[in-house]
Amino acid sequence: MDQSNGTPNLNKVGLSRNDYRGTSSTLCQGCGHNGIAAQIVAACYEMNLLPEKVVKFSGIGCSSKSPTYFLGRSFSFNGLHGRMPSLALGALFADHTLKGIGLSGDGDSASIGLGQFKHLVRRNLPMVYIVENNGVYGLTKGQFSATADRGLSMKKQGTNPYTPVDIAMEALVSNATFVARSFAGDPHQVRELLKAAIAHNGIAVLDIISPCVTFGNHEESVHSYSYGKEHEEPLHEISFVPARDEITVEDFEEGTTRDVTLHDGSQVILKKLEKDYDPTNRWQALHMLEDAQENNWLVTGLIFVDPEAPTMFDWYNMPDMPLNRMTEKQLRPAPETLQKINSLMF
Amino acid sequence: MADQKQIINDFCITFSTVNGSGSATANTTLMRALFRMGIPVSGKNIFPSNIQGQPTWYTLRLSKKGYLARVEKDDIIVAMNPATLAREASFLTEGGVLLVPDDFKVSELRSDITVYAMPVKKIIHEAEVSASLRDYIANMVYVGVVSWLLGIDLDLIRVALDFHFKSKQKAVEINFNVVKAAFDWAKENLQKKDPYRVETMNGVDGYIMSDGNTAAALGSIYGGVQLAAWYPITPATNLAESLNEYLPELRKDPETGKDTAVVIQAEDELAAIGMAIGAGWGGLRAMTSTSGPGLSLMSEYIGLAYFAEVPVVIWDVQRVGPSTGMPTRTAQGDVTMANFISHGDTQMILLIPGSINECFEFGWRSFDIAERLQTPVIVLSDLDFGMNQWVTPRFEYPDVPMDRGKILWEVDLDEKIKEWKGKWGRYLDVDGDGIPYRTLPGNQDQRSGYFARGTSHDEYAHYSEAPETWERVFGRISKKFVTALRFLPKPVLIENPGAKIGIISSGSADPAVVEARDLLLAQGIKTDYLRIRSIPFADEIDQFLQCHEQVFVVEINRDGQLLQLLTIKFPDQANKMVKTAHMDGLPLTAKWIFEQITAKKEA
Repeated sequence: MDQSNGTPNLNKVGLSRNDYRGTSSTLCQGCGHNGIAAQIVAACYEMNLLPEKVVKFSGIGCSSKSPTYFLGRSFSFNGLHGRMPSLALGALFADHTLKGIGLSGDGDSASIGLGQFKHLVRRNLPMVYIVENNGVYGLTKGQFSATADRGLSMKKQGTNPYTPVDIAMEALVSNATFVARSFAGDPHQVRELLKAAIAHNGIAVLDIISPCVTFGNHEESVHSYSYGKEHEEPLHEISFVPARDEITVEDFEEGTTRDVTLHDGSQVILKKLEKDYDPTNRWQALHMLEDAQENNWLVTGLIFVDPEAPTMFDWYNMPDMPLNRMTEKQLRPAPETLQKINSLMF
Repeated sequence: MADQKQIINDFCITFSTVNGSGSATANTTLMRALFRMGIPVSGKNIFPSNIQGQPTWYTLRLSKKGYLARVEKDDIIVAMNPATLAREASFLTEGGVLLVPDDFKVSELRSDITVYAMPVKKIIHEAEVSASLRDYIANMVYVGVVSWLLGIDLDLIRVALDFHFKSKQKAVEINFNVVKAAFDWAKENLQKKDPYRVETMNGVDGYIMSDGNTAAALGSIYGGVQLAAWYPITPATNLAESLNEYLPELRKDPETGKDTAVVIQAEDELAAIGMAIGAGWGGLRAMTSTSGPGLSLMSEYIGLAYFAEVPVVIWDVQRVGPSTGMPTRTAQGDVTMANFISHGDTQMILLIPGSINECFEFGWRSFDIAERLQTPVIVLSDLDFGMNQWVTPRFEYPDVPMDRGKILWEVDLDEKIKEWKGKWGRYLDVDGDGIPYRTLPGNQDQRSGYFARGTSHDEYAHYSEAPETWERVFGRISKKFVTALRFLPKPVLIENPGAKIGIISSGSADPAVVEARDLLLAQGIKTDYLRIRSIPFADEIDQFLQCHEQVFVVEINRDGQLLQLLTIKFPDQANKMVKTAHMDGLPLTAKWIFEQITAKKEA
């Protein structure tokens, strides 16, 4: 990008990275969520999204505070604990041309909101659904969440006796059309997955392991930086190529890449590591997650995608004009129709 | 009994059947035929929370004076359920009429009544219908016998069947043939020994027949509903189902062929209200319909909508609570819950329709009020209105244009910001009426976006825990509920000059109050009547309380919930208000109200 004239870099819609920022974070220093917020800023900037075309949603918890820290110009609704999915669903029906970004956490989506989360997924409402997953309740100062590892010990809580909920697995068995997992300590991957999620026409679930530096960063925890750094097993290296951009695969050796074309024509280029993994095969995805669980791998990358599945909007006979732009003329049936109705009421 | 005085168009007939036997067709067919004769008639279904096998009763009350309330005794009973025969007999008035299939044993029942035995099995056998249909068709036998007994023209029965079966001729014929055979048998074999008859009159000109849930759905459609999210629950279910029935015809854009409203069956009431509130925030006319247990679940979300100032309409078709209570019986037991719903200090707008026609009117008007005030509106209907068939004046087209409230799209926002010299905040009270201006997602002006939240915020929607900010913003929200009085339906006042006794009531208690006032007047007791249609309470209510010595507050619950709210609002008048509350699952009767007032009146 051209910086010669001293003005900040502008993207294709004429905005600078600054136009995508929010207020400064009030979360703890080093919190994984801050890194994710920074990557959302980067992804939206690079995807040339107008902030006015994005709506943010969140529930309750540390994660759900973070919509304040990006896209300050966008409309946003910070709703109830575990009930963000229904709020987002209703709001996105108001204007189906908007891009929804939901920010949730493991308490919000895997405990109190597991039901709404799964029902949103099975309806395939087009939106990006990010779970900032740290295995712990931060705002209430350190209790186990439903994604905490079995056997993990915490000072006031003792030992966690329950098996964890796997967000990616729950999304998959609910027929999610885009499931990815990443690690907040891997900003490049987070950003590329976010861009693919934004381009996806359907529900895009991103389970991002995001260590809690204050209550949950125990070395033995899956949700810690040290564990993530040591155990992360990327399925592939990911590059996202927006629609209509020239695809250059110079970084990828012939025969070692796999392209997935999303609904809008953009592509995710997956560079093979050792495994031969097909992210369009739900069965293989489930199998891989089982394997990872057994081997204690933190597998990251694009786990599953079905770019052509019909969305919730496709099931309704929606007009092109956003519903919230309609006026009385379109919304109130004519007087004659009521005469007919009255005559039908026996 | 040729010399006996005839009783014309003024009696009550109850059909006792087994749930799931198809009696609804027979009963509504008779009701429709009577309606076509111009007779004011009300139909009440007393049914169990069961699909098949339990006893169920359907009562038709004919009243030439137009009284639509329930009465406590039946003049005629058609008893098709042997299990409840003895009980039916005890509900008959002195000298009443009992119709039974001819294989029922009735010899040990009361001696003062007239019994007609109907050869149900024989007629059905001769009707040549398939075995699977026999049970359903059996009820058509009593339609024929009752038609002969009362003098209902069979042509009207055919019109009613034609309507019911949407002109499917085969179904109409099968049913009508049985009706005709039963009618002919009765004419041939029975001798009329009772005084009950019907005659054509002009009592329902300009009226239609509808249930309240259908009326509410239609009203909502004319109010421009755009998103309805719901979860099945008796007795509210057929409100949403009626939306599904009528929307395709009424709300398909003629130019694009696209739908301008969506109905979503949610996974539970928590999600239903969440979707509706999301849509309301997004600028849609959004609603949900539920009953008490669902409203309990919606409590948290309604508090969010109150505080984030989101318009949404919630229909509560009340049933008997607490807990699962009696799901198929009627009550006005959610008044205080609805008024105080959700934690913290909250205020709600309540609308209480007092007729089927008003269910239609509040269907559209509720959206105007919700959008004008940017707050939830709870409409309190009940099972008696919601699920029973009523005669009601024709639905009237909205007499005012839609009020979308203070919404700013791009051009409006730009003009307003200039007018306000750059000072713009989502929660600023610019007009001094407590109602701020709102922008909607999709607005492309860079200054339009804001951060809605249930956490404490200032006038610019920024998070704030400053004590003075909380108090200022929260106080401003309260102001909206004073402004609200300008937009809410006023109470309906019916006066009788010189009356010292007042009656306050609301909702489906109205028909019984109207009739009770006439019973009281016949005893020389004059009353004035104020029917409340909305909360917060209008000033007229204060005046009404002030100018009466004693005011009976009539309602269908145990604790006198409307009275409780009136007492809080008008403590100086509390001593003159008399709790007149009753709930046993059945609609109120005029007789009960009459007895209460005559027993407790002081003057």
